[in-house]
Amino acid sequence: MKVVYVDNNATTKVAPEVLEAMLPYFSELYGNPSSMHFFGGQVQRKINEAREQVADFLGADPSEIVFTSCGTESDNAAVFGTLDSYPEKRHFVTSKVEHPAINNLGPYLTRKGYKVTTLSVNREGQLDLDELKESLTEDTALVSIMYANNETGVIFPIEKIGEIVKSKGIPFHTDAVQAAGKIPLNMKKSTIDMLSISGHKLHAPKGIGVLYIRKGTKFSPYIIGGHQEKGRRGGTENVPYIIGLGKACELAKKNLEEENTRVKALRDYLEAKILEKIPNTLVNGDRANRLPNTLSVSFEYVEGESILLMLSDLGICASSGSACTSGSLEPSHVLRAMGVPFTAAHGSIRFSLSIYNTKEEMDYIIEHLPPIIQKLRDISPFWKDYLKSQNKERK
Amino acid sequence: MWEYSEKVKDHFLNPRNVGEIEDPDGVGEVGSLACGDALRLTFKLDENKRIKDVKFKTFGCASAIASSSALTELIKGKTLEEAEKITNKDIADYLGGLPEEKMHCSVMGREALQAAIANYRGQKLIKEDFKIVCKCFGVTDKEIERAIKDNNLETVEQVTYYTKAGGGCGKCQPEIEEILRRVRSDMEKEAHEIYVKKKRLTNIQKIKLIEETLGREIIPALRADGGDLELIDVEGNKVLVALRGKCSFCPSSEVTLKQYVESKLKEFVSEDLEVEEVRP
Repeated sequence: MKVVYVDNNATTKVAPEVLEAMLPYFSELYGNPSSMHFFGGQVQRKINEAREQVADFLGADPSEIVFTSCGTESDNAAVFGTLDSYPEKRHFVTSKVEHPAINNLGPYLTRKGYKVTTLSVNREGQLDLDELKESLTEDTALVSIMYANNETGVIFPIEKIGEIVKSKGIPFHTDAVQAAGKIPLNMKKSTIDMLSISGHKLHAPKGIGVLYIRKGTKFSPYIIGGHQEKGRRGGTENVPYIIGLGKACELAKKNLEEENTRVKALRDYLEAKILEKIPNTLVNGDRANRLPNTLSVSFEYVEGESILLMLSDLGICASSGSACTSGSLEPSHVLRAMGVPFTAAHGSIRFSLSIYNTKEEMDYIIEHLPPIIQKLRDISPFWKDYLKSQNKERK
Repeated sequence: MWEYSEKVKDHFLNPRNVGEIEDPDGVGEVGSLACGDALRLTFKLDENKRIKDVKFKTFGCASAIASSSALTELIKGKTLEEAEKITNKDIADYLGGLPEEKMHCSVMGREALQAAIANYRGQKLIKEDFKIVCKCFGVTDKEIERAIKDNNLETVEQVTYYTKAGGGCGKCQPEIEEILRRVRSDMEKEAHEIYVKKKRLTNIQKIKLIEETLGREIIPALRADGGDLELIDVEGNKVLVALRGKCSFCPSSEVTLKQYVESKLKEFVSEDLEVEEVRP
């Protein structure tokens, strides 16, 4: 079956170069990097190299890179590692549109007696920076705001946010899982104290992540064990994956320009054609400040899971913020926080591209999507009602 | 990704009976845009009061569309009395099953049918004595009760899968728990009554059941008091037993027999049984 994979915010293909770099460390080069002998030492050198590759990609110092098992672990480690370092402070600030790795910590921390502020977003998915300013107090232990949103691709003004937070002397973490590899990140000129990335969103495999921790940032380890990662994250290193992530970061740095030119052009083409060919369609999120690869569109009066399954039947892989796809009964918390009306929230589809996508693939989607939406609208009781109401207005 | 059966996929990709009947005999509408699924069912009867034509329009996920399509196929040609007997489980079974989290789609089908039949009969379904339990999805206590009974639900989570109730803010979950407890206790009582009243036993089954009941419900209690009991024979509905141990000299053995042994046997085996003591 033909596969058109446009769900790269969910996960990405492992780059062939990455896989190739990893393979020897599953077989002949199996040494433990902590060992004193040459056999472990050669692996240690390779890990150092990967750490340098990641640091170079982030504009960081290698000593500031901590390898973790995934983006969620990085986020959790940043939050718990900071709160633990400031036990007297009991206030945590985040936004309403975070990934579950941060979002679901809110209720947990509330139960533990913390005060949690979740900042709202406007219809475009943007924060109100005045609300942020007002929320910060002497008691605030940490602010964690995502760099770019996974569902809509909306990019927050992270440096401005960081300036506000740092001016009060409060630690600042950002979940940059979706931003990494899509927009430039440079920790040398940044207000960010901690930043999470995840390997599988940038063509490394699943099961590897990074937490960047700026030198001088107070941090208590979340996973306590051996001396690995300078005591900031115990556990024998996931050697092949770390090496794979190093390679992936090297490639991501190289491909950043292509992401922002060719991939962006493909996304813009897809968006323009969908809006042209399908009426009652809206784009979710601030189009001026958006990841170059992401397009969230809502088709009114139809439901997202149905669209996805019909696309899937044609080999097109996308995702949706509809209730039914998540197994929950309510549509995405991100679209709801933005105030996307129910007519549209249930029918949202996210296309997220990568450098492996082509114009032919976009044309394939553009050819097949309009009849799918039409078919589902023909089945939907609300579409006819809507058309009737339109006719009345015209009369 | 959901594991949908081939039949669900077929009814989703090729739904049967899509549309709206002009000038229908009955119309049923359930759900809403806000809830994420909605179904409008229209039907027309023939001269014999059988469903001649039925059509649906559905806003919702694949299983909602497939459930609607299945419903129309199930009720075509049936009288309203026959159609009324269809449960959400019948719809799900027709489709080769639905993922449990999606069972509410089949419930929506059943509710639309109920609404359409009520509409035909000129009844106002909504006027029933009910209470909205789940405010997020507008689910009533009656709907929750019916889903529990029709599907033998045991947990709040299942109630959410089948009716959506409790799946929004979650504040009504304690109330659902309460309904669940009440309905299940009623169901158990009812089931037991049916079990006792309707059962026709062969002699062998009857004797076995008497033995089981004596062994489980009666003898351990008597032994705890130093007594015992032996089953001698069963003649028709007459259960002949011999009291042993302390029971054999107990002045209240008659009471024990009638009020305890006989009542237990009536409860668990058959209302018609009588217990008689056999003396050596």
